[in-house]
Amino acid sequence: MAILVTPQTKILVQGITGDFGGRHAKLSLDYGTLVVAGVTPGKGGQFFEHAGHKVPIFNSVADAARETGATVSAIFVPPPFAGDAILEGVAAGLELAVAITEGIPVKDMIRVKRAMQGSKTRLVGPNCPGVVTPGTGEGSKGGCRIGIAPGYIHKKGRVGVVSRSGTLTYEAVYQLTVKGIGQSTCVGIGGDPVNGTSHLDVIKLFNDDPETVGIIMIGEIGGSAEVEAARWVKAHCKKPVAGFIAGSTAPAGRRMGHAGAVIGGAEDTAAAKIAVFKECGIEVAATPSDMADALIRVAQTMGVTLS
Amino acid sequence: MNIHEYQAKALLEKYGVPVPRGAAATTPEDFITALTRLPDGPTMVKSQIHAGGRGKGTFTDGFKGGVKFCKTKADAKEIAGKMLGNTLVTAQTGPAGRKVQTIYFTVASDIKKEYYLAILLDRATSRPVIVASTEGGVEIEKVAHETPEKIHKVHVDPAYGLADFQVRELIFKLGLNPVEAKNAAKLIRALYTMYWETDAAMIEINPLITTPTDEVLALDAKVSFDDNALYRHPLITGLRDLNEEDPKEIEASKHSLSYIALDGNIACLVNGAGLAMSTMDIIKHFGGTPANFLDVGGGASKDQVVAAFKIILGDANVKGILVNIFGGIMDCNVIATGIVEAVKEVGLKLPLVVRLEGNNVTAGKATLANSGLALVSGDTMADAAQKIVKLVAA
Repeated sequence: MAILVTPQTKILVQGITGDFGGRHAKLSLDYGTLVVAGVTPGKGGQFFEHAGHKVPIFNSVADAARETGATVSAIFVPPPFAGDAILEGVAAGLELAVAITEGIPVKDMIRVKRAMQGSKTRLVGPNCPGVVTPGTGEGSKGGCRIGIAPGYIHKKGRVGVVSRSGTLTYEAVYQLTVKGIGQSTCVGIGGDPVNGTSHLDVIKLFNDDPETVGIIMIGEIGGSAEVEAARWVKAHCKKPVAGFIAGSTAPAGRRMGHAGAVIGGAEDTAAAKIAVFKECGIEVAATPSDMADALIRVAQTMGVTLS
Repeated sequence: MNIHEYQAKALLEKYGVPVPRGAAATTPEDFITALTRLPDGPTMVKSQIHAGGRGKGTFTDGFKGGVKFCKTKADAKEIAGKMLGNTLVTAQTGPAGRKVQTIYFTVASDIKKEYYLAILLDRATSRPVIVASTEGGVEIEKVAHETPEKIHKVHVDPAYGLADFQVRELIFKLGLNPVEAKNAAKLIRALYTMYWETDAAMIEINPLITTPTDEVLALDAKVSFDDNALYRHPLITGLRDLNEEDPKEIEASKHSLSYIALDGNIACLVNGAGLAMSTMDIIKHFGGTPANFLDVGGGASKDQVVAAFKIILGDANVKGILVNIFGGIMDCNVIATGIVEAVKEVGLKLPLVVRLEGNNVTAGKATLANSGLALVSGDTMADAAQKIVKLVAA
């Protein structure tokens, strides 16, 4: 089943005529993802063409969703307008908005998140690589790729991956694929201090997904989202979970690339989070090279077959 | 982005938050002009650097205290002369300290009691939180740890804004008398307006004081802003003081590189923040020490790699370099070519280990192998980290 999206999910791209959005819309089309609409205000009626695909462009998300049946949006809109773009997707009643944009002001996200309360739309991101549910084709083609992750490193399978970081997610996914272990869905929740879907939200979805048999949770310094998820895992999750926390060597008070990766106190250091992971029965990867192996270790202990 | 206390106080005043009268000076000649703007009598002399612990700091020439009380303005002028141009080392500056380039003189206020007040983002609720305590003038982390019941918080609903009952809640918790309460309510409202309108990341008033005449004043102020929102605040952006930043970090930001200097000897060059952080971690794991955090972003173009190498090599402590690129979308061969050209351009003499993974990686590795450069290839992150640690130790 996978979580959040399947190969049948219809996607629209907000910001499809920009360099960034256009480039990744093409890669998603190449991957076999159903990119059915683009949205660029003022360019409604035009088409986004690529390798035989002719994707209609609309002036609004509401128009695009109504005309094409798209239920999920990939947002590539520049930071000053991205908060507005998310809310447009919410107003159009989308199921899922995936905000790739990096650099949205915190205040905008505080307001967006408040405005989304009670809506049916789920937000993933911002400042994230997106969501991939691998397909069955060569290089996992035929799957659903929303965002900027390299599709070919994936393999359809039964491990769920959730992470705040892009390249670190790719690292984990690639390690799994090389070892012949596929993924159900890989979710990048983003590196900002205020985001939509949390580690815990994704872990709950993986726990409920019959196709997912094991989980890799990748976190980093700053905030308490990983700790909250780990405690829930201890209480409710019966599936093997491996974890990694980046930033053991990060100095306190400095932002490590991600806006949200900053040590604020004793609670949100890598050491503190790793301690909670261990206490909650999560197999901790000693190094980022050890992420797939850590999951294999805990799966073996629990008698779970990952591939 | 951080600003100086004197800049923060000017902003606070603009928003109607009472602060002690003050004036800043950047040259000894300015001291007199600044001091004439203050009344005669007890005066505080405050070194302006972007780091806490100034009062307990020591200057590199042995002079103690970056914040001093002076009985007269004449004394203040003399003390300021000892601070200006001198380098102040505090618990937060690191051993190198920071050069004091601005002095801030303020009226020395009569203090009845010290409190703590701050506004920042609460990540767990995605809402602004106002934190107040009766324990002011001390480290708030210590108070939170030892006497958490003395920390009071209200979370502000961004849809409604700060509600009156929340202001009252804080004021009752602080145990203020009616006149103080009225003044504090006004101050808290003004402070929240400033936080919200300026896209502040944090405003910390420590201490907030009451005076014998029941005034409420922000005696110190630490203010920082959300970098992502600076584009809509040109006046605040103008308060940036490049003297307070590492020149290597300034240079890096010009090339869209995210760089943070650390004190180890193995430099790293990585794409992606999470991977960059964990590259530092894995160096440490195998017994080395990382010299920096460096995220070249998703692309890693040749020009960026050249700029990154130059910045890394500007750090005299660096004894070896680890390049770790996961070329997901980008062609690894393009990245490899960029690395080779960059190494040739900067004339690299230090050990270099390159770990390349991703799209078209075979061609990329071949390019590295055939470059004629003395670089070492690593297969996994662990392999690469072990190799560079060994090379640097040799």
